[in-house]
Amino acid sequence: MEALSNLIGGFSVLGDPMNIVYMFVGIGLGVLIGVLPGLGGANGVAILLPLTFSMSPVSAIIMLSSIYWGALFGGAITSVLFNIPGEPWSVATTFDGHPMAQRGKAGEALTGAFTGSFLGAFIAVLLITFLAPVIAKFALQFGPAEFFAVYLLTFCSFVGMGRESPFKVLAAMTLGFALAAVGIDTVTGQLRMTFGSTELLRGFDFLVAVIGLFGVGEILLTMEEGLAFKGKSAKINAKVVLETWKKLPAMWVGALRSAAVGCWMGITPGGATPASFMSYGLAKRFSKNGKNFGKGELEGVVMPEVAAHAAGTSALLPMLTLGIPGSPTAAVLLGGLLIWGLQPGPLLFVEQKDFVWGLIASIYLGNIAGLIVVLTTVPLFAAILRIPFSVIAPIILVICAVGAYTVHNAGLDIAVMLIFGVVGYIFKKLDYPLAPLVLALVLGDMAESSFRQAMLVSQGNIGIFWSNPLVGSIVTLALAMLFWPLITKVKERLMGGPRPAAAE
Amino acid sequence: MRSAFARSIQRFAAVCTAVAVLSPLSAWAWEPTKNVEFIVPAGTGGGADQMARMLQGIIQKNNLMAQSLVVINKSGGAGAEGFLDMKGSSGNPHKIIITLSNLFTTPLATGVPFKWDDLTPVAMLALDEFILWVNAKAPYDDVKGYLAALKAAQPGSEFKMGGTGSKQEDQIITAAIEQATGAKFIYVPYKGGGDVAAQLVGGHVTSSVNNPIEAVSQWRAGELKPLCVFDSQRLPYKEPVASGKSWADIPTCKDGGLDIEYLMLRGIFMAPKVTQDQVDYYVNLFKKVRETPEWKDFMEKGAFNTTMLSGAEYKAWLGKAAESHRSLMEKAGFIAK
Amino acid sequence: MAIESEKSEHTVTTRTMDIVVALLFMGVAALVMADSWRIGARWASDGPQAGYFPFYVGLIMFLASVGTLATNLFTKTPNLSNFVDREQLGSVLKVLVPTIVYVVLINFIGIYIASMIFIAFFMWWLGKYSPMVIVPVAIGVPAVLFVMFEIWFLVPLPKGPIETALGY
Repeated sequence: MEALSNLIGGFSVLGDPMNIVYMFVGIGLGVLIGVLPGLGGANGVAILLPLTFSMSPVSAIIMLSSIYWGALFGGAITSVLFNIPGEPWSVATTFDGHPMAQRGKAGEALTGAFTGSFLGAFIAVLLITFLAPVIAKFALQFGPAEFFAVYLLTFCSFVGMGRESPFKVLAAMTLGFALAAVGIDTVTGQLRMTFGSTELLRGFDFLVAVIGLFGVGEILLTMEEGLAFKGKSAKINAKVVLETWKKLPAMWVGALRSAAVGCWMGITPGGATPASFMSYGLAKRFSKNGKNFGKGELEGVVMPEVAAHAAGTSALLPMLTLGIPGSPTAAVLLGGLLIWGLQPGPLLFVEQKDFVWGLIASIYLGNIAGLIVVLTTVPLFAAILRIPFSVIAPIILVICAVGAYTVHNAGLDIAVMLIFGVVGYIFKKLDYPLAPLVLALVLGDMAESSFRQAMLVSQGNIGIFWSNPLVGSIVTLALAMLFWPLITKVKERLMGGPRPAAAE
Repeated sequence: MRSAFARSIQRFAAVCTAVAVLSPLSAWAWEPTKNVEFIVPAGTGGGADQMARMLQGIIQKNNLMAQSLVVINKSGGAGAEGFLDMKGSSGNPHKIIITLSNLFTTPLATGVPFKWDDLTPVAMLALDEFILWVNAKAPYDDVKGYLAALKAAQPGSEFKMGGTGSKQEDQIITAAIEQATGAKFIYVPYKGGGDVAAQLVGGHVTSSVNNPIEAVSQWRAGELKPLCVFDSQRLPYKEPVASGKSWADIPTCKDGGLDIEYLMLRGIFMAPKVTQDQVDYYVNLFKKVRETPEWKDFMEKGAFNTTMLSGAEYKAWLGKAAESHRSLMEKAGFIAK
Repeated sequence: MAIESEKSEHTVTTRTMDIVVALLFMGVAALVMADSWRIGARWASDGPQAGYFPFYVGLIMFLASVGTLATNLFTKTPNLSNFVDREQLGSVLKVLVPTIVYVVLINFIGIYIASMIFIAFFMWWLGKYSPMVIVPVAIGVPAVLFVMFEIWFLVPLPKGPIETALGY
């Protein structure tokens, strides 16, 4: 077992006590960065990159990657407590996390999210340790057509017709796509829908929209009910962690599926955000509690977190071995590697053994340390909900404003956020679903450009989406997912009429 | 509230006195009095961003500046957002911007109201090289073979050139090759240079014009091979990089019969209407940066062309570069109507 | 939503609101389609042009909104419940209006001072706290943000004349 001995070598690199200190500092900073919306993992790592300049490359990457783990953990906190996703990949966590907090189960939701994150990262790092050379090459199979197929699959596995009017689902989704298209078109370099305004050049950032739609919108909705948070009565119980853990083993099938989705999306590299959406969509469809999703189901919190963290961790693999960043944060880490004089690529594993295995070892330790740090703070964070509304509400709004600003250092984004807040409030009251809008906004751009790149490659021939077994099977799977409700209905018919409610 | 305000006033007064007392000491030259914003007209993680953060780190580590340098990304509209922000900060000496070729290409391709001479040129830090890369399995080993295969390509199997962005440097070089040879490419735009290199390894495109640093690791791993460099002379770096070959071993494209030269500016600009004192401060600062071992190491790793220009020479270079971009883009039909 | 209880609580019906929003959607869709058409929305020989997807996105948005509009106009069971009670609207505006003022203020006096005023006002007006509680919170939160962003992370947030005078 060469990998094992390498790993042990890696742990000995960590033996340096300073590296452990850097790890904890990194995790602390990362949680903070994850909590602050707008100041995401990518920004956070980029900001702190120059600080690590005087460290050795191993210490520096340990600290920076710890910031990344911290941010991955921390993103869940505000999602659960205030419905404000601290990071793009924690949007799916709000769907059930916040309803749980409203029902006084914030502690349980947070524990579930953190444990799920840890589990995802752990499975992904096992994969990196033992299968790195085998799967690294897989990412090379991915051309534009394959990328489009993955985005399509994310979409199809997430979007199912809910109780909302299909007209409204379509309207919300297309609004997301339209907003995603504003700004410069990556394929032709043309400006779209900017109407001559320089402020619109940067387009609508997903995070600004989400902070408004979810965070500000939620505060406005809460105000209707009077000056209080619904979750005010949250019981703070130190045993909540253990109690929640008892419920988790029952979800092992879903967790494995989510981890697989996450690892796959991290390696290919589709990214953590699509992974979290896809995993939530799959869990909703295949879990026996699926119909309770959206009302505050623990499983709906755990699944997207498992996938997001698995994707976030495995995204390091294509970064290290191929120099392709699997996520925006990985892109910044990649820049860091170059600055320290390390050349990511196929030879990194051979030439920089100390560095690579030290990093891998720090993923193990960093996630364990991160889990301990965040779990001990669960009661603390749950207690935030006890702060009176008239104190916490303005603070949340201030943090939202700061978050919206820091995404692009643009003052107008704060106003845009507020407008999205009002839109979110009205949509919620009129039963326009927000999730398809958000998903379209985050994926629309990537899906469209990979589709058009594929069309350039094939010179306008749609057949490219079935041109090889890989892309063909993903696209077919996606279409199957889209028509899944129809398929199940047909199946029921064939099985001899609608069954009585025995399955309940 | 009131007390906070009163305190601010007091501090303000204190700061004023401090400035008044200290200023005679440093009156001989201008120096930044607060944090300097370093605008990057591109996203986090790209080449310009890396260089900006590298500079920030070097300046911080070697204490080259009393105040901090703060990197801010303004990438909207292919960098137009950053340029317009600079243009609007007239007379502000606490703001500098690092540019790439989008200084010339973005205004031409999008029609945003901006020209390079709206800003005050400070210094050229380096020039980024472009190399023609193909997959290591490609049947040709030099530009001649490549060009022959390119010209022989039948409709339906045209060469695919992968590049970063649209109507920017990579596509301009592609268009220049088309103009020089009469052949047609299918240009496929991707988000970043690393993506392009990986797509080339995976065989999804036929060739790329990646910067050295973006593709070097794939070269060393034997996945890609360089054909020629788009410069007037060979690179000066003789240290072996991949399988005994060094950067200096790559022939120029001109030698191979492809008479195209293209270098990308990595230069620093200030806002309009700043004083000469202020410009001089930054010129000096970046001269000091160039002397640091970290910078030299970075230049070598990325096989940069380390020409440094400032003052009138820099301005003249910019004028020429702007003109050549305009004519290249005009011929290729990339200019916004 | 609560069924219309008193006359005074009446604002607009959910149906009216639905119609208004559907019309707004149609307006946005028209705008999207017009601009996409301008830049080219056809399927060229090498795949779709820049405006192709946005155009059809706009078209679908338009049709979906026509659907919503039609359902609300022609349904036999219109949702005539109150969109929002007057009292509820009042509470919502109590947050929304100060927040709008806050966002406007940020442009003039920077985010730190604006946040100070905003938090203090909110606590005093809606929370009826004593200055003893208000002052530490209102000063503390922006101060923590200031240290974290300006000094620690070196991320400049919008600043106004006071910070400039202090040398930031």
